Amino acid sequence: MTAACPACATGAMPQDMDTGPGLQFSLPDIHCAACIGKIERGLASITGVTAVRVNLSLKRLTVGGPVDPARIESALRDLGFEAYPLDLEALTTARDTVGRGLMTRMAVAGFAMMNVMLLSVAVWSGAADATRDMFHLISAAITLPVIAYAAQPFFQNGWTALRVGRLNMDVPISLAIVLAAGMSLYETLNGGEHAYFDAAISLTFFLLIGRFMDHRTRSAARSAAKELTALEVQTAQKIVGGTASTIAVSALAIGDLISVATGARVPVDGVLLSDHALMDRSFLTGESAAVDVAQNANLQAGEINVAAPLMLRATAVGADTTLRRMAAMVETAENSRNKYTAMADRAAQFYAPAVHLLALSAFVGWMLINGDVRHALNVAIATLIITCPCALGLAVPAVSTAAISRLFSLGYLVKHATALERLAEVTRVVFDKTGTLSMPSVTLPDDFSDVERSVAKALAQASHHPLSRALEKVLGDSAAADLDTISEIAGQGVVAHWNGQEVRLGRGAWLGADFDDMGLRIGNAAPRRIAASETPRPGVRSALARLDLPAEIVTGDAAGPAQRFADDLGIGVRADVRPEAKLAYLQQLASQGERVLMVGDGLNDTAALAAAHASIAPASALDASRSASDIVVLKDSFEDLPMLLRISRMACHLSQQNFAIAAIYNGVSIPLAIAGYATPLAAALAMSISSITVLLNSQRIRFSK
Amino acid sequence: MNVLVILIPVSLILGAVGLVAFIWTVRNDQYDDEKGNAARILLDDD
Repeated sequence: MTAACPACATGAMPQDMDTGPGLQFSLPDIHCAACIGKIERGLASITGVTAVRVNLSLKRLTVGGPVDPARIESALRDLGFEAYPLDLEALTTARDTVGRGLMTRMAVAGFAMMNVMLLSVAVWSGAADATRDMFHLISAAITLPVIAYAAQPFFQNGWTALRVGRLNMDVPISLAIVLAAGMSLYETLNGGEHAYFDAAISLTFFLLIGRFMDHRTRSAARSAAKELTALEVQTAQKIVGGTASTIAVSALAIGDLISVATGARVPVDGVLLSDHALMDRSFLTGESAAVDVAQNANLQAGEINVAAPLMLRATAVGADTTLRRMAAMVETAENSRNKYTAMADRAAQFYAPAVHLLALSAFVGWMLINGDVRHALNVAIATLIITCPCALGLAVPAVSTAAISRLFSLGYLVKHATALERLAEVTRVVFDKTGTLSMPSVTLPDDFSDVERSVAKALAQASHHPLSRALEKVLGDSAAADLDTISEIAGQGVVAHWNGQEVRLGRGAWLGADFDDMGLRIGNAAPRRIAASETPRPGVRSALARLDLPAEIVTGDAAGPAQRFADDLGIGVRADVRPEAKLAYLQQLASQGERVLMVGDGLNDTAALAAAHASIAPASALDASRSASDIVVLKDSFEDLPMLLRISRMACHLSQQNFAIAAIYNGVSIPLAIAGYATPLAAALAMSISSITVLLNSQRIRFSK
Repeated sequence: MNVLVILIPVSLILGAVGLVAFIWTVRNDQYDDEKGNAARILLDDD
C-alpha cells in the first residue's frame, strides 16, 4: 500500500482476497478418505478453482484460485459439510516454528538415545576396563552436544521459573539432566564404573515426546479457534460529499457519516439518521425479536441492520464503543481465571522440593557415613534420576493430548490449557438462550399450497431478517418463484410482483391482517399467517436430558418468550438479565461455592464467559465471545455436551492415576537409590517402565463412552 | 575386539543418515497431515 493513493489501496483489498494465496475453511465434519475424495472432486469442478487440498488432521480445506468464498461455502453445504471460513491474515503469520523445533529436538534426542543405549547395553553386559571407558567416552561425545541442543526447552522453562523464585517441574528435570551428564563425564574421565549418559539422554527424549504431543494438539485447536473469521466489521462505508468510500473502522472519527448495508454490522456507536431501521440486537442483548428504531435513536456497534440500508453519525469510536467497553470488562474477569493453578503445577510445587530435599539428604547422609564425596554425589544423582520426573512430566500431557484429540474429533476445540481440569470440577451449568440454545423458527399453516410456498421462499430469500432466514430454512427445497421488482420496506417486510400480482411478506398489520406475526399475502387473497416461534437447536433436548448437573437459562430476552422456551425444555430461567447482571449473578454463584460452566455466544455473555469457572461458545459466536471462552463448539449441535463433561472428568481422573503410578514406582526405587544400590541399568529400567505405563494408561481415554 | 573400530563408526553413520532423512521430512512439511496421508491411500484417483 502506498500513501500516494490511499483510495486505490483500500479499493484493491477485496481483489487481493480473491486472488490471494487461497481460501481456508474449517470442516469439523470430515473424518475419512471418502470425505476427502468427495470434497476435492466436488470443488475442483467449480470454475476458477486451481487447487483443492483437504488436511484431515487439522480438519481444514485450502482452496486456491480466484473464487468467491461464498460460492465455495455453498458448494460445501451442498456436498453435506459444515464449513467455517478461516481468517487468512491470521493464517499466514501462524507458522508453527515451535512445534517444528520440538520435533527436530525429539528426533535428535531419539537418535542419540538409540546409539548411547547400544553402547550402554555392552557396558551392562560386562564390558570392562579400556573398552568400557572407550564406550563411555563415545557416549559422552554423543550425549553432551545433544543435551545442550535438545534439552533447551527444559532449561529455559526451569530458568524462567527460578528467576522469579518459583519451582516448576522443569527445575528438577533440568537439574537431573545436567548433574547426570556432568557427573558421568567426571566418572568417565577418571575411569569410573557407572555413567548415566543413557539416563540423561532418555530422560530428555521421553520428556520431549510429552512436550511435543502437548504442543501439537493444543496449538492445532487454539489456532483454529483464533482463525475463525472475525464477525466484527473491520471496514466501514464512510460518506464524504455524497460518495461512499471504504475505510478501516479504526480510521473513523466522531461525527463521520457512515452507511450500513443490509445484513451488515454497525461498526461504531452512533445516532440513526435514516427515518427508521430494523436492528437485530440478539448478539448484544439476547433479545430474540428484531427491534424497530426511529430517527435519532442510538445504535451500538455490533448490531445487525436487517432492513434497508441505513445512515448513522458516529458518536463514539475506538475504545469508547460499547463493544470495546465490553472487551475491557472481559479482561478484568479473565485475570481471575489465570490465577487457576494447573494440576501439573500443583504436583510440581510439592514434588520439586521433595526431590531436591531427598537428593540432598542422601548426599549429606552418605558424607556422614563414609566421607566419600564421589560416592555420595553418585547416590544423590541416582536419586534425582530415579525419582521418575519422566513419568510425572508425562502424567498430564499424555492424558490431555489424548482427550483433546478425542474432543477435536467430536467438534470441540479446547483452547485453554487448564480448560479440561476446570471443566471436570463444574457443579452447575448456565446457558444463554438466544443463539445458543434456541434458533428462530416459523410454523407454516398446514394447508400452505405449493404456489404459496414458492412465492414465500422467493420473498424470504430477498430479506436479511432472521425470520426470513428461518422461513427459508423451513421451506427447504421448495422451488423459488420468479419475482420482479423486489423491494424491502424497512420495518415492515418485502414486496414484489409475481405474475402481475403484488406479493408481500411481512408484518400482519402491514398486510392488512388482524395478527401481529409474520404473514404472506398474494394479490388480493386473504393474508396467510406464518407464526414465529423459537426452536431449540439440534441436540439441545437430548443433551439437557443426559446432563447430570443442575442447569438453567440466563437470558437478556423478555420474560414471556424466555419462560415459554424454558418450560418447553423443562429447565429454570432468569429473563431480562443485563450483561452486568449476568456477570454479577455468576459471581454470586461462585461466592456460594458453585463452579459454573457458562455456555453462551453473544456479546452480552462475553463478561460472563470470561468470569465463569469454565466456558463454551459456539463457532457462530462473536469473536469476543469466542476468545473469552475455553472451548469452541465447531458443530451446529450441542448433543455431545454431556460427553464433553464426561471426557474431561475422566481426563482428570486418569491424570491423578498417572501421578499415583509414578508415586508407586518412586516408593520402590527411591529407597534403593538412597541405599546406594541403584545402577544405571536400574535407573534406565525404572524410567522406561514408568513412562510407558503412564503413556498406556493415558490412552484409555480414547475408549471412554 | 578390533572389529569395533569399524562397527561403531558404521552404526553411528547409519544412525546419522536416518536422522538427516528425518530432519529433511520435517522441513518438507510431511508431518502436517498424518491422518490425511493414511486415508488418501484408499482413494482411487489422484
